[in-house]
Amino acid sequence: MNDALSHPAAPPYVDRDQHSVANHLGMWTFLATEILFFGGLFTGYTVLRWAHPHAFAEGSRHLEFWIGTANTAVLLTSSLFVALADLAIKRDDRRAARRHLVAAGLLGAAFLGLKGFEYFQKFQEHLVPGSGFDAHGAQPALQLFFFLYFLMTGLHALHMLFGLGAIGWLLRQIGRGAVSRERPDAVAIVGLYWHFVDCVWIFLYPLLYLIGG
Amino acid sequence: MHSAAPAKTTLFATYFALIALLALSAAAAKWQIGPLWNLFIALGIAAVKTALVFLVFMQLRYQRGLVRVFALAGFLWLAISGVLTFSDYLTRGWTP
Repeated sequence: MNDALSHPAAPPYVDRDQHSVANHLGMWTFLATEILFFGGLFTGYTVLRWAHPHAFAEGSRHLEFWIGTANTAVLLTSSLFVALADLAIKRDDRRAARRHLVAAGLLGAAFLGLKGFEYFQKFQEHLVPGSGFDAHGAQPALQLFFFLYFLMTGLHALHMLFGLGAIGWLLRQIGRGAVSRERPDAVAIVGLYWHFVDCVWIFLYPLLYLIGG
Repeated sequence: MHSAAPAKTTLFATYFALIALLALSAAAAKWQIGPLWNLFIALGIAAVKTALVFLVFMQLRYQRGLVRVFALAGFLWLAISGVLTFSDYLTRGWTP
């Protein structure tokens, strides 16, 4: 009991170290469900690509290689800024932490902007699955590729939107002093989510953009 | 221990390694050496990038074993699901 008093921590935790580990375990448990969530889609991708390799290569050639590559660089850079924000808050530099988070958020928004531009292009080219789909003379299975493309990148973009919301919330908490050097965990925990969504894209990029040759 | 964070130099070194790997995977895709090889190279680079992000940005290198086990649990279940799925799809042609 005395030990608990000398290391103040919110109940039921013995000390801040234990609390922090619990925070990380909680987020990693959620991310494990996310691995299975996206994993199901990657499994579906594998099955369909195995059945229709040529239609998938053709679909990949319809995507903008440079937008996909640029967007990967944008996300990797945003992850660097989130990691720098975590370092800054642990060093009690709240201003730098907020600055890094704003940079990460702007890069996340830039990613979504480029993604939106790509979606717009696909609408114009009639490559959105549905009754208006035009396979441009390729196999009908091309539509399966674009179905997966929109489902997987759309779900990823939805995760990015939640990530941007979480960054906005962090900025507010840091501004209020609720997240500080004494209680820095929230930055690392939101960071785990942000970096994970980044990792999903790290796999989407080669599987969608790089298979056309 | 839990609050240990990677140093600034480590973060930047990781970032530049990630960008270099991105350039490598983009260049490798333009260099066609057979669909299976290209796939292995692309996925291998993606796996290395993910490992870097997990170990440094997501701080698994600095975490205790329990947290690492939690981080790997999702992949274990995904592997089970993958083995069961493909033991079906890849063997459908085996029976007449």
